[in-house]
Amino acid sequence: MSTDVAEAVRTETVPNVGRPLDRVDGPAKATGEAKYAADHDYPGLAHAALVHATVARGRVTALDTEAARAVRGVIDVLTHENAPRMRPVKRFSLGSFVKGSSVNYLATDEVHWDGQPIAVVVAETPAAARHAASLVRATYEELPAAVDFAAEEPKAVPQKGNAMFSSAADKGDANAALAVAPVSVDLRFVTPPYNHNAIEPHATTAVWNGNRLTVHDGTQSIAFVRKHLAMRFGVPERDIRVLAPYVGGGFGGKGMVWAGTLLAVLAARATGRAVRLALTRESVYRTVGGRTPTTQRVALGADRDGRLTALVHTSVARSGGMPEQVTSASRHLYAAETVHLRQNVVHLDLVPPTAMRAPGEAVGTFALESAVDELAWRLDMDPIELRMRNEPERDPLTGKAFSHRMLREAYALGTERFGWRERDPRAGAMRDGRWLVGMGVATAYHQPIRFPASVTVRMGADGAVVVRCGLHEIGVGAATVQRQIAADQLGVPLESVRVEVGDSDLPAGPIAAGSGQTASAAASVLAACDKLKRQLLALAGPPLRGRAIGDVQARDGGLFHGGGGRTYAEILAGAGRDHVEAAVKDGWVNFLARSARDGRRWVHGASGAHFCEVRVDADTGEVRVSRWLGVFDVGRVINAKTAAGQLRGGIVMGLGMALSEQTLVDPRTGRVVNASLSEYHVPVHADVPRIDVHCLDDPDPTTPLGLLGVGEVGVTGVPAAVANAVRHATGKRVADLPITLDKLL
Amino acid sequence: MKPFAYVKPADVEAALRAVATEPGAKFLGGGTNLVDLMREGVERPDTVIDVTGLPLDAVDDLPDGGLRIGALVRNSVLAADPRIRARYPMLSQALLAGASPQLRNMATVGGNLLQRTRCAYFYDAAAACNKREPGAGCDALDGFTRGHAVLGVSGSCIAAHPSDMCVALAALDAVVEVRSVRGDRRIPIGEFHLLPGDTPQNETALAPDELITAVELPALPVAARSRYRKVRDRASYAFALVSVAAALEVRDGAVAGVRLALGGVGAKPWRARAAEEALLGGAADEAAFRRAAEAELAAATVRPGNAFKTALATATIAATLRELAREEDAG
Amino acid sequence: MSGGTDPQQADGPGGPRDHARPAADRGSHRNGVLLASGVTSNSGRTVLPELRMKVNGSPESLDVEPWAGLLDTLRDKLGLTGPKKGCEQGACGACTVLVDGVRIVSCLALAVQYDGREITTVEGADHPLREAFVRHDGLQCGYCTPGQICSAIGMLSEYAAGMPSSVAAEGLTDDEIRERMSGNLCRCGAYNGILDAIADVAARDAR
Repeated sequence: MSTDVAEAVRTETVPNVGRPLDRVDGPAKATGEAKYAADHDYPGLAHAALVHATVARGRVTALDTEAARAVRGVIDVLTHENAPRMRPVKRFSLGSFVKGSSVNYLATDEVHWDGQPIAVVVAETPAAARHAASLVRATYEELPAAVDFAAEEPKAVPQKGNAMFSSAADKGDANAALAVAPVSVDLRFVTPPYNHNAIEPHATTAVWNGNRLTVHDGTQSIAFVRKHLAMRFGVPERDIRVLAPYVGGGFGGKGMVWAGTLLAVLAARATGRAVRLALTRESVYRTVGGRTPTTQRVALGADRDGRLTALVHTSVARSGGMPEQVTSASRHLYAAETVHLRQNVVHLDLVPPTAMRAPGEAVGTFALESAVDELAWRLDMDPIELRMRNEPERDPLTGKAFSHRMLREAYALGTERFGWRERDPRAGAMRDGRWLVGMGVATAYHQPIRFPASVTVRMGADGAVVVRCGLHEIGVGAATVQRQIAADQLGVPLESVRVEVGDSDLPAGPIAAGSGQTASAAASVLAACDKLKRQLLALAGPPLRGRAIGDVQARDGGLFHGGGGRTYAEILAGAGRDHVEAAVKDGWVNFLARSARDGRRWVHGASGAHFCEVRVDADTGEVRVSRWLGVFDVGRVINAKTAAGQLRGGIVMGLGMALSEQTLVDPRTGRVVNASLSEYHVPVHADVPRIDVHCLDDPDPTTPLGLLGVGEVGVTGVPAAVANAVRHATGKRVADLPITLDKLL
Repeated sequence: MKPFAYVKPADVEAALRAVATEPGAKFLGGGTNLVDLMREGVERPDTVIDVTGLPLDAVDDLPDGGLRIGALVRNSVLAADPRIRARYPMLSQALLAGASPQLRNMATVGGNLLQRTRCAYFYDAAAACNKREPGAGCDALDGFTRGHAVLGVSGSCIAAHPSDMCVALAALDAVVEVRSVRGDRRIPIGEFHLLPGDTPQNETALAPDELITAVELPALPVAARSRYRKVRDRASYAFALVSVAAALEVRDGAVAGVRLALGGVGAKPWRARAAEEALLGGAADEAAFRRAAEAELAAATVRPGNAFKTALATATIAATLRELAREEDAG
Repeated sequence: MSGGTDPQQADGPGGPRDHARPAADRGSHRNGVLLASGVTSNSGRTVLPELRMKVNGSPESLDVEPWAGLLDTLRDKLGLTGPKKGCEQGACGACTVLVDGVRIVSCLALAVQYDGREITTVEGADHPLREAFVRHDGLQCGYCTPGQICSAIGMLSEYAAGMPSSVAAEGLTDDEIRERMSGNLCRCGAYNGILDAIADVAARDAR
């Protein structure tokens, strides 16, 4: 293609970043073609089911597997008496980072929680495995166990173990300031345990071929699953392949390696068969941790103008899992003169808790933002006005700069879009027939984490681009958004870019956590595209020879300087190459250096303003959310469609937290009582109103592409916004979630 | 689930002969409850007699203006039947308030009559349950009882009856027709479900060899103005905390006719006869509605987790009657 | 495996649609009823029913145990992994399929109950809703999507047939769609997009 032809076809390319594009994998998902971890067939595939302990702590003294073995189609019943031993979790190993628990399943007779797997049945059909599992009889020697969070709470000790965050902070003497504050609130909050309940229950299909292992696993951390399996089964990482091209939701529940993954691999090894262990919903509850319950105290002191003089936020959560930053929003949201923050934990003999969408922040913002609202009532002040009076210019505790902060803009825009000024400020004053109507606001806040991501980008002789990265498609549009980024960086049509994800044979991707997958990968995709362009420029002859990369534009499928240039196909043909590939390798050393450097300079956080309208039945106390608006500062938006989906999804999960969800742990036994979707009430269609999501779409100047992450900020603040709207509708402050009707009768 | 012999009878007589000769046999209708319970190991029949092919799926007019509903009429079909919607709107509404559309397309009237409790301890093989295993004890008594009953309960069992349809049938004085090789029987709905007492495993008056063939709804003009109100933790697709099936006729400001039954609070579908008696002939006003509701709930035995149900039931009864009275005014 | 030899025709009046196949393949009979069992029956034979269904338009003949669920049968015997297992107790709707055009949850269905019926899974549901779900982003992880789409197809037919819902609105309003789709959970929270996709297709149908 000659230069003047290129000139003729040159168009003002609309950037793909920012466009609300359909998901690339949408058609596969909508036609049933997308294969999830339990959808892969293998010759001789066998099916496994778990047997769970029914005591919280103790030893298995006898296991009767005879009846189970007699079930037609049963291949084997694995117990601690006959199963091959996995190697224990090492103390210092990257693979241990994703251990769901330290228990070495089927290695000993010990029981550490009610629900811990004590046997695995392998059978020809899932039905036979499940039936046989129900016939295994265990006898136990029980030991005393701590299972009741409320009862153990007084024994809480300071939280330890999070290298990135401290569990305590003080600025001045907040308790003293609180005591003399002209206006104050002092509230105790309770949040129950929650479960992720991704609609795909955890599933693993494991196939050994000699000492090589292939695992289809529903996971948010492919690379870590491989490391962990290598550690536990004594196999080199290179001999393990973990595949997860589609994951049926995660929300943190699939971030760690839980019993199901390990026992599927173990069962495949023991039986010599390809084994699928698709957990029943009950097995998910019994073997995969959920969100920790908390109790929290938030006390606020203010002068009569609403300026905060004291902010006290203390929390008790469960130990185990990743230590949750329950008070983190209280570090960054308000310019209080004095601050006192403490995070404590108690040990319980239950399945360890784990990260669930915005761990810490989701429940911490419930307490903080409810308390701020209550203070507004005491002050007889508009709750938005109160927040704006305390909006800090710099990070209140450290004095560091915010990399980006647009809460004022978010509230201002939300006030207009939601019609906040039409709100009658009096409690119980708005009514629509049998419904009491209330409106509430709350601030969303979440700090994203940027993880290491390795990427390759390949340009083929035909101009086709392949981006390869072990990303996780858990519903976030992983391939969709990276495709947009790569297309823009290389100046090629979207259609010519393919993104390969979900495979440990690909360069290691970031874990899908901390609202960081997209930004983490984007940073490496940008770097790889840059590298690729430099390589291509070096190969290009006239008129580009000798040009600096900064003088060259990537557009129209090639590199151009002014009106002259070459398409990539021309460059590769001219150089006699069939492709060029650029690789960016990123690792944990880089990660630590980057985190330390960024942490010294700035405070990063995605934020937002939730506006909620509820209707409360005046007779029965039923609460229905009738309107929602979220205005978010998430930095730049790559794909308005998928980003809005993430934010809405977070809000829907928050509605469940607020109104209907809770995992019921029997305080007598430590057993989850409602281990089913019938009894654990996630929101249904009818619970979810139109959710208006607006992103300010202003790039953060300090992050790759200006991204701040959209996965978790949506859920933060939601339960508080609901509670605040209920407070407005009814005059009642509900401080223990969920806000069920009995609390309003 | 436990393996079983599967039998698909060609006609009702064959079904009756099969159940008479196969001890431990269960009839299978839509499967929405039985298959679930079999998979959970709660139900363990040796033989399953699939009756879904039997010709028991018609809704027929009765000479007196009532209806005879075949036992195999699907819930969704029954809810949509124009005669049900016109003569017994509370029944259509109760059906539509239950489960999900998919389940309503599967579930049958006969199966719904036999729906078993959703008590989590009943479902959990690791928990003590007198209903599942007579004499084993009851973990629900001091457990989570938000979903449990407060009326008709015993020290052995506080499980709530889960059906919405049956609440409406209780209000409507339905009659259950059953057949066995021994002959036919008609069981009034009030006698069909049993209270737990010391034998919570016995849930209905149905003998093991009897097949439900139909439900008869007597003519009941007052039911033409009736409604079903279900209160639950989600806006849809959840079992009732409290539900109210009510029909009301007001003449000259006084209650001339009333039918009232409750769900979510009873060990069986709860006909609120005390409330009906209190209402009949009295004023159709808020105070009377509340007094009647309180009269019914006076017999409640509550646990800490479900004590709110007395207030909730009272409020819901009053609200439902108020709305019916308002409709009367308007109509 | 099928060991029956009794020539009686098993489908009674009102039963599944009759279709041609040798009655001898159909298990044993006793008391004038079809008996099919995975355990040894009183007559001393172990028998399995042979099941014939039309699945996504193609006739299928299957040997299944009586306790095999329809969902497992579709997934494991026919390789149709579109229908998903989310709860296996009718609480999530991910396994929704259409039987003779009517939506059911296949996890609570025994395969043997659907002898002679026509089953449609998402793979065979060539319907504008599939495209609409993508365009309106009525999906995220995609796991509930096959069930959502089958459910929505069944829902639109139910609505067209005049089936009521508890919302009882005039027309297929947003609240009607929400209520009628409440048997399908989406934990990713794509409910708004699902609603838009269905409303869009319904409006096109109406035109």
